[in-house]
Amino acid sequence: MSIVVVKAGIADSIQDLGRYGYQHQGINPTGVMDDIAARLANILVGNNFSEAVIELHFPCSSFLFTQDALCAITGANYTALINEQEIENNKPFITRKGDVLKFVKLISGARCYLAIRNGLAIAKWLNSNSTNTMAGFGGNNQGKFFQKNDEIQFNTTAAYSKALKTDNDRMLSWKIYEKKLYTTNNNIRIIAGNEYNALNSESKKIFEKTSFIIATQSNRMAYRMNGTELHLHKNHSLISSAVTKGTIQLLPNGQIIVLMADHQTTGGYPRIGHVISADIATLAQCKPNEKIQFNIITQEAAERELLYQNQLLTEMKEANNLQLNNWLITFNIQ
Amino acid sequence: MNFLNEYTIYSVGDHAVTIELSTTIDEETNEKVLCLFNHFMQQKPEEIKDIIPAYSSLTLVYDIIAVRKKYDISAHSAILQFIEKKLSSFTFCTASTNNCIVIPVCYDISLGIDLQEMAIAKNTDIPTLINLHLSKIYRVYMIGFLPGFAYLGKVDALLATPRKAEPRKKIDAGSVGIAGDQTGIYPVTSPGGWNIIGQTPIQLFNQQAPDNTLLKQGDLVRFEAIDIATFHQLKNKV
Repeated sequence: MSIVVVKAGIADSIQDLGRYGYQHQGINPTGVMDDIAARLANILVGNNFSEAVIELHFPCSSFLFTQDALCAITGANYTALINEQEIENNKPFITRKGDVLKFVKLISGARCYLAIRNGLAIAKWLNSNSTNTMAGFGGNNQGKFFQKNDEIQFNTTAAYSKALKTDNDRMLSWKIYEKKLYTTNNNIRIIAGNEYNALNSESKKIFEKTSFIIATQSNRMAYRMNGTELHLHKNHSLISSAVTKGTIQLLPNGQIIVLMADHQTTGGYPRIGHVISADIATLAQCKPNEKIQFNIITQEAAERELLYQNQLLTEMKEANNLQLNNWLITFNIQ
Repeated sequence: MNFLNEYTIYSVGDHAVTIELSTTIDEETNEKVLCLFNHFMQQKPEEIKDIIPAYSSLTLVYDIIAVRKKYDISAHSAILQFIEKKLSSFTFCTASTNNCIVIPVCYDISLGIDLQEMAIAKNTDIPTLINLHLSKIYRVYMIGFLPGFAYLGKVDALLATPRKAEPRKKIDAGSVGIAGDQTGIYPVTSPGGWNIIGQTPIQLFNQQAPDNTLLKQGDLVRFEAIDIATFHQLKNKV
């Protein structure tokens, strides 16, 4: 019961919702970049939100299934194929022993997620399956991105393929519509940071009114932005303190970076803003050269957005579980 | 609580707040931070995901959804109330163990790859720089950047060197570096911008039990020079 990496991608890894509780030891949380897509993938196969998933970046790894599985793909659309049959995102699908999953064309998004029903059988490091590539710990292979011949075990298998008479049966009948979970037009909402008021008035305007372009050097640790230079009204030297996912730091050269899932635990650059938790997922699906716009809201509004999103996800989970349980009963799959 | 004199609290995102005791790097403030960290770690509620001490501040990272399930007010307000309550039951203690940990370092130029450049830039010689590094007992001000990476301060003014403009892609585990007036040891191999002056053969980070890591905030550290033969001998033992 496993999948085997038959071709390695560039930066594919096992992630969950992050390794928290150890930042005082310098251990950064890591975890999925797009937490909405990861949750949706888990919802579709009936897993808990916190179950580990496979995060894929184009060009992605290809996988061979050694056993039946019930799977789902969410997030970026990379034109997934099982053998030669196209797999639609946001729908559960069945695989059987010998099937090969590959991703052939980037259509949209910056990372996609593969969830397997009942999760992956991987030893946790400090209560999490997230791969910490910087420290070289966690995941399926000591903090490394997937390599050819890596074998990732499932927790369980079942005779899913008895519901797979022909390729037409491969995709289950229901789908999750994810659009309203993401913010539109790359409008990224933020709250002001502690050094926001150290920006000069011209820079404040630029920060809020102009767009920024995601630089090609962006990665899981941080998104670098290209835009008009921002300046503080006076020199501001900071002592290092904790930073968080979404922290927008102003670099000495006037450009900004947004800290993402692999961010370090501490930092010493001025924090001019913080992307709200609800919009990290939207930003995580933006690719280099895409334009984004920051929009300042209150912390109360930021919380409300997250609660709303969480409410939608909970409803989607309940609706999906009804469908999934009926399907499992219909085909008498344990 | 009066020993705190004054402090400020600000948000670092919609899911974290920082209690800042001062905007300076000094032992007294750092000791207070450590004390506060120990206090907050006691009976830490589940919805607080991380408590991160730094030079002069303590940051609480929380789970907005979990806080909202427990309280009927905004998560931010609930956390501020929690902090106020926690601070009111706080008394100062000496948190540091004042453990002095001796760390063997080989300053051979094959390992201390920036020593030559630093000596030229400072118009001095390598043995002077090494002796300056050996001359002081340092305090672990905080752990950050990488798992188990200890920021030690402060180094002699002549030894202080800004970070390299272009970080190296790979710095070996055990490398001892200088950045500003801080010195530190890379616990794992990683990219980095510190000026490397030597390497220790001992292991700093315990993957299985990170709380048993060799260096903790508030510890004292002294370096001891070893030659390259001893370095390899000790390294092979590890």
